[in-house]
Amino acid sequence: MDDLDSLEAESIFILREAYSRLKPLALLWSLGKDSNVMIWLARKAFLGRIPFPVLHLDTGLEFPEVYAFRDRYAREWGLELIADPCPPLETVDPTLPPASRIAARKTAGLREAIGRYGYQALIAGIRRDEQATRAKERVFSPRGLDNAWDFRDQPAELWDLFHLDYPPGTHLRVHPLLGWTELDIWRYIAREGIPVSELYFARGGKRFRSLGEVGITFPIESEAADIPAVIAELRATKSAERAGRAMDHEGEDAFERLRVGGYL
Amino acid sequence: MPERRAFPIVVVGHVDHGKSTLVGRLLHDTGSLPEGRLAQLRAVSEQRGLDLEFSFLLDSLQVERDQGITVDAAQIWFRSAMRRYVIIDAPGHAEFLRNMLTGAAAAEAAVLVVDAAAGLSEQTRRHSTLLGLLGLRQVVVAVNKIDLIGHDRQRFAEVAQAVRDYLGGIGLHPAAIVPLSARQGDNVVARGEATPWYRGPTLLEALDALQPRRPPEDGKLRLPVQDVYRLGDRRILVGRIESGRIALGDAVRFLPGGQSARIAGIEAGSSVAAAAAGQSVALSFDREVFVERGAMLAGAEDAPAESQVLTVRLVWLDRQPLLAGDRLVLRHGTAEAKVTVEAIEAVIDVETLAAAPALALPQNAVGRARLLAAKPLAIDSVAECPRTGRGVLVRDHRIAGGFVVEALPEEARALTPVDAPVTPEERARRNGHRGGVLWLTGLSGAGKSTLAMRALRLLTDRGAQAYVLDGDNIRQGLNRDLGFSEADRSENVRRTAEVARLLADAGMIVLVALISPLAAQRAAARALLGERFQEVHVAAPLEICEARDPKGLYRRAREDRLRDFTGISAAYEPPEAPELRLDTGMLTPEAATTALVAHAEAAFGLSRETITPRG
Repeated sequence: MDDLDSLEAESIFILREAYSRLKPLALLWSLGKDSNVMIWLARKAFLGRIPFPVLHLDTGLEFPEVYAFRDRYAREWGLELIADPCPPLETVDPTLPPASRIAARKTAGLREAIGRYGYQALIAGIRRDEQATRAKERVFSPRGLDNAWDFRDQPAELWDLFHLDYPPGTHLRVHPLLGWTELDIWRYIAREGIPVSELYFARGGKRFRSLGEVGITFPIESEAADIPAVIAELRATKSAERAGRAMDHEGEDAFERLRVGGYL
Repeated sequence: MPERRAFPIVVVGHVDHGKSTLVGRLLHDTGSLPEGRLAQLRAVSEQRGLDLEFSFLLDSLQVERDQGITVDAAQIWFRSAMRRYVIIDAPGHAEFLRNMLTGAAAAEAAVLVVDAAAGLSEQTRRHSTLLGLLGLRQVVVAVNKIDLIGHDRQRFAEVAQAVRDYLGGIGLHPAAIVPLSARQGDNVVARGEATPWYRGPTLLEALDALQPRRPPEDGKLRLPVQDVYRLGDRRILVGRIESGRIALGDAVRFLPGGQSARIAGIEAGSSVAAAAAGQSVALSFDREVFVERGAMLAGAEDAPAESQVLTVRLVWLDRQPLLAGDRLVLRHGTAEAKVTVEAIEAVIDVETLAAAPALALPQNAVGRARLLAAKPLAIDSVAECPRTGRGVLVRDHRIAGGFVVEALPEEARALTPVDAPVTPEERARRNGHRGGVLWLTGLSGAGKSTLAMRALRLLTDRGAQAYVLDGDNIRQGLNRDLGFSEADRSENVRRTAEVARLLADAGMIVLVALISPLAAQRAAARALLGERFQEVHVAAPLEICEARDPKGLYRRAREDRLRDFTGISAAYEPPEAPELRLDTGMLTPEAATTALVAHAEAAFGLSRETITPRG
């Protein structure tokens, strides 16, 4: 087994643990590269067809290319897609900085979906290497009654005996890609031929390295127009993946506040 | 060169001995800091009136910066000339021991940081003991702040000896003991000029010399079953091979129970002929196997013992101490079982490593306990098979402890049943029939209880010794501690089958009225009872059951107020070859009862001639 084989085997193990013990559950599809990889892995884990819904928290602010991508692959992959609109901006914490407020609409959408469908677990494609706050995460991470993440009081996670239990009214976040790096993701995309949005590839000297909403996500300078070029670029780079995500940079603790409130 | 996964290391030791600074230094000196991060670090350090403070790199959460301690196992990547590393910066504050454990359980090797002036602290000793418990054998010791003792060779030698002695006591033999200064950068990546007397490796050189652990492909075959999927009419078992290897045609056994089968198909991303430890696979077999999540697949020849008593070495994490008599849930592989703590045999004193007898195991303590499980577990000792010789203990929905199995006492494996002086034949002669079980399975509302009660009346009227075990009634007594999760439902079925067996042994005809939705559950009951088990499918279409809805359960399930309700939100697997099938949607209760009693007569030798006339 090479490193990608072992990452794949581990993620499949995690997805099967979640499905076996936590129902109802759903997979969060941000339409970005990581969650596409996650869907790919889930299709392998469940022998072709994902036996639970795939949730897109729709702010209405995605790039048009991204919506086209969603509709095409939801059909091709036979996904049970739920794409409820997120609550409007007026409903989220007004003390958050502007870009974080837009991102916080997803948190609110997520809370609504949990209320509406009664999910016991949500599978999310976050990775530890993306962002320091996410580095603190568990693979199976409990969320409290108010949806909140209590990073000060996380349960032990020993070997692969994940936290599978939850008191009534709470839920778990499941993170099958937590141990992957950005480079792992791209190498796996290359190996498996996983489709990703064309926004990741350079046009006119710019490409998106991380995809979020229009207006709060910005492209980086890049000439990487295909997957091998992206991989080569990542091997050489020293800049952070989420540099183009405005909400990460609005204050020393802005992203941490988002996550404590239930953001991904 | 093929890419390999980053080598995970954990950095442990006392809270003030400089772990975060050491990690920051490693990142900086290997050129692994992201662009702009050094400038950001300088700015944050200056804001707080400090020189370049490497530990801020890791202390990324506001709360940590405010308190000056690292809270959780942050993961950070760096690269040496030889390979990539991922560092789990484990915290030192005692309160967060569970985080250190989480990091160490995922690591291949540990860097144990010891302050050159202060030496081995209580916390460092505790961390070391836990590394031993977790089976982390590769340790590099960083004797930090060597500049603060004036690079004193003699003092370093004393600390190194004390560390070596202590680690030896827990079976750990450090790969290197490096005198270094994280703050100055001496002997971390570059060799320091202030310690010319030291000829050993720098910290990075010592790390580069460590070997990655390989999945135990050559060990005994162990695959905890994660789940059973249905693909058309095929049942596919999924799970990850923890140890050993499999190939098409291999003979395997499932525990508990001991069903055997041969592997007919292996899927690991694509269809393959063989697979080995570390791979997640989906398997099909040459015959129907009735197993559920929690079963252990093992080689036909080297299956683990089934034990109910186990002696474990454990670390306890809950604020409430662990006491003898406590009831917990044990999880091991994909299996879980209720356990009672029979005895706390010892608490380990981390200062002296002496094992002292105790009545309780307080939070963060390491000790030895004897556990009694409610059912047999297919578990190994850690010496025999490390990956299946360990587990966790759960209390109040939280993982409250981790353990490795030290021993499986022999006497627990060999419970010898006592032979009774009265034989089944003698009972059959007296009763006029043999003991046996009519197992009525079907959806809620199909008429199982009604049918069982009517048949009980008729059989009793004919002079038979008969009794009804009704699911709802048993849940009020014997099984009142069980809920409706899949695991609890299986346990409900298992206990009911055991009671039915006792009553059948006593010569009775037992009518069991129990939904028992899964084929595997009923197969286990059949395995227990042998040919005395008569499966009766009380089959009524779901629409009819739902229309009847005698207990209002379907309505509640449809309104989403009832989770895991068979037929609505949980699966019912109809029997494929029941001894008797009664369509209660078509048959009148009278006709169904007559058919059931006739079947009992045929199956258990009950006939009009053998019945003693009454009165």
